Amino acid sequence: MTTETTTPTTTTVLDASGVTMRFGGLTAVRDVDLTVNSGEIVGLIGPNGAGKTTFFNCLTGLYIPTEGKVSYKGTVLPPKPHLVTKAGIARTFQNIRLFSNMTVLENVLVGRHTRTKEGLWSALLRLPGFHKAEDASRERAMELLEFIGLQDKADHLARNLPYGDQRKLEIARALASDPGLLLLDEPTAGMNPQETRVTEELIFAIRDQGIAVLVIEHDMRFIFNLCDRVACLVQGEKLVEGTASEVQADERVIAAYLGTPFEGAPGAEEVAEVEAAEAHAGTTAPAQAAPAKTTDTTPAGTTTPADDTTPETPSTDEEGTR
Amino acid sequence: MTMTINTTETTPVIPLPTTAARAATVTGAALTVASTFLAWTYTDAFPGDLTVYGYPGGLQVLTLISALLTLLFATAGYGVRGLGWLNPAGGNNSTFFVALGTFATTWFTTIAISVKLGGLANLEPGGFVAMAASLLTVIAALGLPLDRHTKESQPQFSWPAFIGLTLITGLITYPLWRYIRLGSNPREIRRAKELPNWAEILIIAGAFGVALYVFTYGIDTEYAELFIGYIISVAFGFTALTRAGLIARITRLTTKHRNVTLAAALVAAFCFPFTQQNEQYALIGANILIFATVALGLNVVVGLAGLLDLGYVAFLGVGAYAAALVSGSPLSPVGVQFPFWAAVLTGAAASLVFGVVIGAPTLRLRGDYLAIVTLGFGEIFRLTVNALNGVSGPDLTNGSQGIPSIPDLNLFGFDFGVSHDIAGFTLGRSANYYLLMLVFTAVVVLVFRRSGESRIGRAWVAIREDETAATAMGINAFRLKLLAFALGATLAGLAGTVQAHVSYTVTPEQYQFAGSVPPNSAFLLAAVILGGMGTLSGPLVGAALLYLIPAKLQFMQDYQLFLFGIALILLMRFRPEGLVADRRKQLEFHETGQLDVPAEDAPLTQTTAGTTKAGA
Repeated sequence: MTTETTTPTTTTVLDASGVTMRFGGLTAVRDVDLTVNSGEIVGLIGPNGAGKTTFFNCLTGLYIPTEGKVSYKGTVLPPKPHLVTKAGIARTFQNIRLFSNMTVLENVLVGRHTRTKEGLWSALLRLPGFHKAEDASRERAMELLEFIGLQDKADHLARNLPYGDQRKLEIARALASDPGLLLLDEPTAGMNPQETRVTEELIFAIRDQGIAVLVIEHDMRFIFNLCDRVACLVQGEKLVEGTASEVQADERVIAAYLGTPFEGAPGAEEVAEVEAAEAHAGTTAPAQAAPAKTTDTTPAGTTTPADDTTPETPSTDEEGTR
Repeated sequence: MTMTINTTETTPVIPLPTTAARAATVTGAALTVASTFLAWTYTDAFPGDLTVYGYPGGLQVLTLISALLTLLFATAGYGVRGLGWLNPAGGNNSTFFVALGTFATTWFTTIAISVKLGGLANLEPGGFVAMAASLLTVIAALGLPLDRHTKESQPQFSWPAFIGLTLITGLITYPLWRYIRLGSNPREIRRAKELPNWAEILIIAGAFGVALYVFTYGIDTEYAELFIGYIISVAFGFTALTRAGLIARITRLTTKHRNVTLAAALVAAFCFPFTQQNEQYALIGANILIFATVALGLNVVVGLAGLLDLGYVAFLGVGAYAAALVSGSPLSPVGVQFPFWAAVLTGAAASLVFGVVIGAPTLRLRGDYLAIVTLGFGEIFRLTVNALNGVSGPDLTNGSQGIPSIPDLNLFGFDFGVSHDIAGFTLGRSANYYLLMLVFTAVVVLVFRRSGESRIGRAWVAIREDETAATAMGINAFRLKLLAFALGATLAGLAGTVQAHVSYTVTPEQYQFAGSVPPNSAFLLAAVILGGMGTLSGPLVGAALLYLIPAKLQFMQDYQLFLFGIALILLMRFRPEGLVADRRKQLEFHETGQLDVPAEDAPLTQTTAGTTKAGA
């Protein structure tokens, strides 16, 4: 697997500018700009409730942004989910949303919907193209199942798959619509380190097929290994965007994750509180900064920081299991 | 969630040595068989002539058949060569169920005789022999090692449910049922021997022949007692065959030869009117077919696309009214007579338009809201038709009087109104319409199957499963829901055009939400749910049952909806996936793990092996 892909000509796949989403008086996303170029993996991080998923929903047409516009490869996207998918943006969901009572293969076939045209008449009369199109869809779906390694479970019900496989199936289903951009909403949530590692490789493989990826994730090690660029969203606003090392080094990101007020001078009370917390959880405080130290020296790629010897990181425990 | 170990055990309910229990079962069954050749009562005041020695009649025949089945299953338990095919799943539950069926039929008969004629004194000794022998068989069968739930895996005990179900099932049945704890061991059904294709097709044909015979027998039952006995025997017999794994084997064959199966079913259905010389019974057949066709149309909307439509019967009404208006009825406010094909197109087109007009605004709603709005529109249709009577509105439908005296059809010189002699069989008016309706049913079956197994059908199921995810996969949910709604409406409209002619008259009261005569929206929905949502054969079976039972049991007409409610409660409690379960539904409601994967956990396989040894 390649870790570094250099794209000769970078074209902008996704261009979101000034996206704002208000629910009544609550502004969930405020004036966010984000671009994704072809062949790029972009990460979107931020504490819980920062508006990451809302932003995703704005991109995919589930929400109509109050302000701003989203364009895909130069054309402004219509605010209808199915049209967005048709245009070439596919997504997965934070909590798995498979068609649980359909088989694995059928799930992927549903993903082919926009790329096939056989209508009701064709199905009823079994017009000449019908079988050809069905066979082609099936073939493509099986290819995708092989790609994620679920070809042997094609006839299982989706609900009976183990958790990790369900996540993978969701990705395959999204890929079935032949997207140019894949949006992954926490693809490794609830996964153990091995599974996370497999997912990481899967995403690289997807990128190598020429599909740009935008990924929301909480697992910092995962995201900094994976992404060419990372944007951090805090309280609906984009705080910082840049390479993995830039974002890790950013004081405000660390502050946001630790819950310290990130602007304005903290009152004496807060300072005392934070100090107390830091003293209390002495191991967790540097944990956020720790990956920064380690990945500073390694290029942003798949290189596992297996030689990471920083004793105080809690993630070293995980590493033992790798 | 996962396959839990030891949810079933294989133990006798009454601790008897297995050999003794089996011998007693065989003896009891043989005695029951013999008893049907005795007289059960003195007079022929009880219908069916049960007074003759050496010649079983009426309800005795049902007991005889059940008892013979019991004898067969019990003997097969000895491992007799040549009977192994009877019980591919192994175990003794099938034996128990046929024994129970024999017992229920026999005791029902003798009790019915006593009640009808006033006291046990009306029973001949033969009757008492039958009662004793069938009771002995059941008790002995309880001594066989049966597959049961373990005490821990019983459904959770709760007083309200217990009291409710106890009252509903007649005080002792449910407590006994809980005590017996029968369960189904997820047994691996023994592979059938590889048969040549023609043999498999022959088996399918045979199965449909038997099904046709059983169905015809039910329609031909002449008095209520016989029909009840028939229902009891068939219900237990079918359960036994399911437990024995025979149904699963047949299903395996039918899924392998699907087109053959469809053809066989069609041929069997085609043969039905030739077995009927009775006009009234042929009419029941025709009405069942109409009901079943509409139910299958509703299954597109409810079963595939998951849109709960409570006003579906309105589309049947639109089709029927459209056909009636252009039928040339002297009382039709529109004084035209279309040829039948044009009337059919008119009816279908009218329903289609009505479907789109209602669907376009309502399908933006989801779930409960959609159900309520469709319920409303169904009633609006009926009220509107009522109001278009020339007094409160323009005269278009004659209001509550409806459109009577719809003339009979005449296609290619074939007059549907009179009897025809074909190859020695007389086909009456209803039989003619039955055959016409069969063509429509075949069309609807084909539409259901082909649309269900296509890109469109998958999109419908996806919307049913998760609409948000479906739209995120590029499915235009609104358009596809409208398509399902319109297609369902069109299919109902098609059926309506025939229904108008079969019933001579169309009135608004035929098309209400709930009424005593199917088809109405509530019964249609019940047929779909009872039969099995999303399946092809489910609504057909459900509709047949729901029509046949009220038609045959006229005496309980007053309690019909009440009994119907009870039946639904029991069904949802014990078989929530419906009578015909598709594989998905079965997995959804019963957490028995994946059925189509070989059993993975060793302990279960061991129990199965152990019990197969004990059982077979």
